[in-house]
Amino acid sequence: MSTGAEMDRRSFIELLGGGILVIVSLGPDALLGQERRRGYPTDVNAYLRIGEDGRVTVFSGKIEMGQGVMTSLAQMLAEDLGVPLESIDMVMGDTDRCPWDMGTFGSLTTRMFGPALRTAGAEARAVLLQLASEQLGLPTDRLVAANGIVSVKDDPSHKITYGQLAKGQAITRTLDRKAVLRSVSEFTVIGQSPQRLDARDKVTGAAKYAGDVRLPGLLHARLLRPPAHGAKLVKADTAAAAVRPGVVVVNEPDLVAVLHADPEAAAAALERVKAEWTPAPPGADQEGIFDELLAKAPAPEVKDTRGILDGGPAPGARRFEHTYQKGYVAHSPIEPHAAVATFEKGKLTVWASTQTPFPLHDRLAPMLGLDPKNVRVITPYVGGGFGGKSAGRQAEEAARLAKVTGRPVQVAFTRAEEFFYDTFDPASVVKIVSAVDETGRITLWDYDVYFAGDRAAELFYDVPNARRRVFGGWMGDGSSPHRFAVGPWRAPGANMNVWARESQIDVMAAAARIDPLEFRLRNTRDERMRRCLQEAARTFGWTAATGPSGRGWGVACGVDSGSYAALMAEVKVDRPRGTVKVERVVCAQDMGVVVNPAGATMQIEGCITMGLGYVLSEEVLFRGGQLVTENYDRYELPRFSWLPRAIETVLVKNDEIAPQGGGEPAIVPMGGVVSNAVFDATGARLFRLPMTPARLKAALDGKT
Amino acid sequence: MKRPVRFRVNGRPVTLDTEADRTLLWALRGDLELTGTKYGCGAGICGACTVVVGGKAVRSCQASLKDVEGKDVVTVEGLARDGTLHPLQQAFVDHGAFQCGYCTPGMLMNAYALLAESPRPSPEAIAVGMEDNLCRCGAHKRILAAIAAASKEGARP
Repeated sequence: MSTGAEMDRRSFIELLGGGILVIVSLGPDALLGQERRRGYPTDVNAYLRIGEDGRVTVFSGKIEMGQGVMTSLAQMLAEDLGVPLESIDMVMGDTDRCPWDMGTFGSLTTRMFGPALRTAGAEARAVLLQLASEQLGLPTDRLVAANGIVSVKDDPSHKITYGQLAKGQAITRTLDRKAVLRSVSEFTVIGQSPQRLDARDKVTGAAKYAGDVRLPGLLHARLLRPPAHGAKLVKADTAAAAVRPGVVVVNEPDLVAVLHADPEAAAAALERVKAEWTPAPPGADQEGIFDELLAKAPAPEVKDTRGILDGGPAPGARRFEHTYQKGYVAHSPIEPHAAVATFEKGKLTVWASTQTPFPLHDRLAPMLGLDPKNVRVITPYVGGGFGGKSAGRQAEEAARLAKVTGRPVQVAFTRAEEFFYDTFDPASVVKIVSAVDETGRITLWDYDVYFAGDRAAELFYDVPNARRRVFGGWMGDGSSPHRFAVGPWRAPGANMNVWARESQIDVMAAAARIDPLEFRLRNTRDERMRRCLQEAARTFGWTAATGPSGRGWGVACGVDSGSYAALMAEVKVDRPRGTVKVERVVCAQDMGVVVNPAGATMQIEGCITMGLGYVLSEEVLFRGGQLVTENYDRYELPRFSWLPRAIETVLVKNDEIAPQGGGEPAIVPMGGVVSNAVFDATGARLFRLPMTPARLKAALDGKT
Repeated sequence: MKRPVRFRVNGRPVTLDTEADRTLLWALRGDLELTGTKYGCGAGICGACTVVVGGKAVRSCQASLKDVEGKDVVTVEGLARDGTLHPLQQAFVDHGAFQCGYCTPGMLMNAYALLAESPRPSPEAIAVGMEDNLCRCGAHKRILAAIAAASKEGARP
């Protein structure tokens, strides 16, 4: 074994034992952002092993958090390796067994990892055919490999299994890009919708999440938390807690915790801790934050300039200027962050609900003064992430407490902690000045976005005069106006950018007295978007009308993660109550080759249902650094009664393009499609999300 | 004060020598290592901790051991029999009625009680009956479809 940070290739391979091993490398282009890899051969991104029992094991640093990649990755491998899906075992997110991975986010798994895995499968199949050729004494062109068996073409009874071929072998192949992939017309596994590999575990309760790990002597920790972000601990008196039987107390300057074998007893002991805090500095609430955003915005990054912006619109053109605001939105997975940590013989093992096991591993080692090889992070099933399970605070706390107490320790956030330490989708502002000429062509697009970044903001409408300026991203930074953590939230920044853009497009269409679908088609030559819009219209049964038509129909579209999505919706507005019921949503999505149509459809349905929340209700309430939102009573997620009576999905066929992202694109136009439908129903347009009943009533009153 | 608390879990008698005011959720997850029942909000709002007690759906984060003394508790681990999935579980698999799976045990148990009370509910009644169970992944449409499909096959007691 090497002793340095880098494990060399040979020792890495020795770890894997016999059989046939194919190492997957994505190549330098796909590795942007992966430069922090440590502890593994620098050119390995995943590997697969064909064992002597014929089972195929894939080792990947990606994780399964509900998006279904455990199944879709296995499908992609099964296709090109020629094995039944059931013979594949997926080992995911285990830092001892899987090669370094930057994390599971950005709809990258299928796009970036899938093609490499397919190539590895094809390479392994070539190796197996070669071995079979030697053992059967026949040339490879007389053999066929499928279903885990190599057989003779004109004599199928003459055969040998992959497992038999792997027996006694220690063959290692590094992925060869020349390996021939099966073509779309040959697919038998890709494009199918098999039962998910995680299905049985998840309906029987057998699926283990980080908080379900049970170890002898396990202590449940409850930590002292500040009353507000910005408050500093002056003193913690833990004496009253320590007298309770079975309670273990940790009282360090930045780590005050009470631990007990029973989580409830730990919680009760925490209530006996007397703490003194400095007052948190005052700050804006959810209403005042928008002025702060504008006041504290950094200098802009100019992304796009073309044509003439100054001098006003051409004669006959109409000019529109609007400001769009959206509050903080929580990830709020139903599984709060949890971790279990234990030290055994100087080695730390942490089970964590995380989207980024390897970056977590890389932080834990120096934090605890451990050699990186003495730290292992294991990622069980993750109960929803949406970008929110990248921070890893709970795992760091569990590891530190395990070290201090010498016992296995679980840190599982309460719902209040989950809100308090969430990395929210930031409050943000978009200002747009646009113009449309007498023929219904957009002539000006001057776009400023504050604290939402640039994602999905690139214009696919044909506009001769345009500028796009980005005043701060969604990650926040040192000068950020945010009092609490912000970070990636399912399609970070894109929900804001597309809501603002698609609202502004509708404003212009209505003013120009042009049907909003026709207006979009008139202003874009992007063929992928035109097809999505037309397919959505066909399924929806769209007929042209200028808004507001009273029908409550809306359209919006966007590009994200390489996929195109056009949404149409029908809403009913209860004017006295100010509530919106989305009755029907159609989504037409072009995501290239579709690996698993049922899985893709589930993701689209999930996007649409989850998207109702940030549009209609979800907004974190706060006063300065103090969160008023602490549980679901003050933060309403979409419920069964909100579900549109119909959600229809059209997967627009496009086999010319490799599989693109599917977990995010369809949520991106949700703000626009609902806003535009509400305008079509009522003539009222909201420039603030979420569209709470109070805000909608105010907008309706302004109209009447 | 500790004392023996007796009840049945998934058909098996259980005696816990413990404080009877402890919360059912933590006794299930800790003492009995039945970790299929999940913590979600701790306030009875999200439904992830739902179990069935005496035929009724109960939020186990809001119930004490005293509340279930002498009663029958069914958790998600008790639905399958001899390796065969309960029709509700099979319908969830067939309809893809989950994504991350964390709310799934609570959904299944709430639906189990719903069908026990009303074996052939209308689609509207299913939606109303499931209203207080939260799912973040947005599997709602498929959850309703799965429950409707299972109800057609007849819920097993």
